[in-house]
Amino acid sequence: MTGMVDSDAAQVAQVLGGDRDAFRVLVERHSRRLFRLAYRMTGNEQDAEEIVQDAFVRAYRKLDRFESRANFGTWLYRICANCALDRMRKQRTEDAHREPAREEEDAGVGPLELAASNAPSPDRLVMSGELGAGVRAAMEQLSATERAAFVLRHVDGHSIEEIAKSLGLNIGATKNSVFRAVQKLRRQLEPLVSATR
Amino acid sequence: MNHPDEQRLIEYAGGDAAGMRDVEQHLSECAACRESVAALRRVLAAASAMEVPEPGAGFESRMWRRVAAEIEPRGIRIGWREWFTARRLMPAGAIAGLVLAAFLLGRYWPRPEMAPATATVTPQVRERILLVAVGDHLDRAQSILLEISNAEPTAGAAEKTVDISREQKRAEELLGANRLYRQTALRTGDATVANVLGELEPLLVELANSPSEVPASELEALRKRIEARGLLLKVRVVSSNVHERERKRSKGNNSL
Repeated sequence: MTGMVDSDAAQVAQVLGGDRDAFRVLVERHSRRLFRLAYRMTGNEQDAEEIVQDAFVRAYRKLDRFESRANFGTWLYRICANCALDRMRKQRTEDAHREPAREEEDAGVGPLELAASNAPSPDRLVMSGELGAGVRAAMEQLSATERAAFVLRHVDGHSIEEIAKSLGLNIGATKNSVFRAVQKLRRQLEPLVSATR
Repeated sequence: MNHPDEQRLIEYAGGDAAGMRDVEQHLSECAACRESVAALRRVLAAASAMEVPEPGAGFESRMWRRVAAEIEPRGIRIGWREWFTARRLMPAGAIAGLVLAAFLLGRYWPRPEMAPATATVTPQVRERILLVAVGDHLDRAQSILLEISNAEPTAGAAEKTVDISREQKRAEELLGANRLYRQTALRTGDATVANVLGELEPLLVELANSPSEVPASELEALRKRIEARGLLLKVRVVSSNVHERERKRSKGNNSL
């Protein structure tokens, strides 16, 4: 691991010295890890690839601000999380404008009620063995920040402090985002997981 | 019996058991809460086991091609092909001609006696240039702080967010200069300027690395931090001092 960190630092130094192709090594080394994060945050392969691309382009342009003592992989991971968050927020804003039905969220109909009307019923999901589809449907009901915070905490196992730093939130807001995410997932998935036991 | 609230049970089930001895104690006595934690763990396990498709062989090379198409070699903004278009070659040829003419004139023109060191920049002039630059930098930083203080949530957004893309871009632009001026101020012993630039730097870093839209609550926290440190006032005071010093230097130089 330390070897990779040193090697990353050497590549970064080469890129900063004007060797653009040295960046290729970093792209090839970190692409899959970033793709996994972006996919979990968006649930969409094409979006995930575009997020990874955006993250590398953003990292390249900000490379002179990367502190050489820091871990390049962690720095890149944070940039990718922010790119994913940006895209998710943008898409949701666009969706909110495109679909008048979404406005009902603000008019008192909660996202869970909407999910219940749009998503396949738990019985059907269980019957067809599509727990994965249920999880995807439940994840889609989370806000961008909730989903990002949930993935970083419960899938990638980061601490609340690390997530707060990555997403630029304070500790309280981060804890709340994780809490709200789990609360929503619980309401959606508990009947499903109980039925599959 | 007092049951722990949902947030604590969720945190406990998620592995944040540190400092939760009271919850542990309660679970040892309460079957309903034990079942609740077990159910939560099943939900977390199902949600976190989301399958991720493998992007397939050649993903890394494909990604590099996509990234490479978007980035330029550092410090070079124009593609080499463009340098060789007739449109670009014409002014380049004219400049080359002028440089050659200037060289030949300099080489063969009779030289008058020159007063020594008239063209060198004096320390006073250098200091004045620096004061102008730092003053301008602080004014720009001040306007970012004001914009952050007055930013409004985006209308119609699905969740309450604030678009800070403008401030983010400007913070990015200021960050490099901020570091440079701070180092210069430290070298020249100008502690007041160095301190205020030192306080600005983490804020500029945070803004430059933020998403272009942030939750309103997050922005509020940032505003409170700016307010708690009295950053806006400090920047205003130091900026005004710097401008004053620059005006005095300017008068001094003109009266020479």
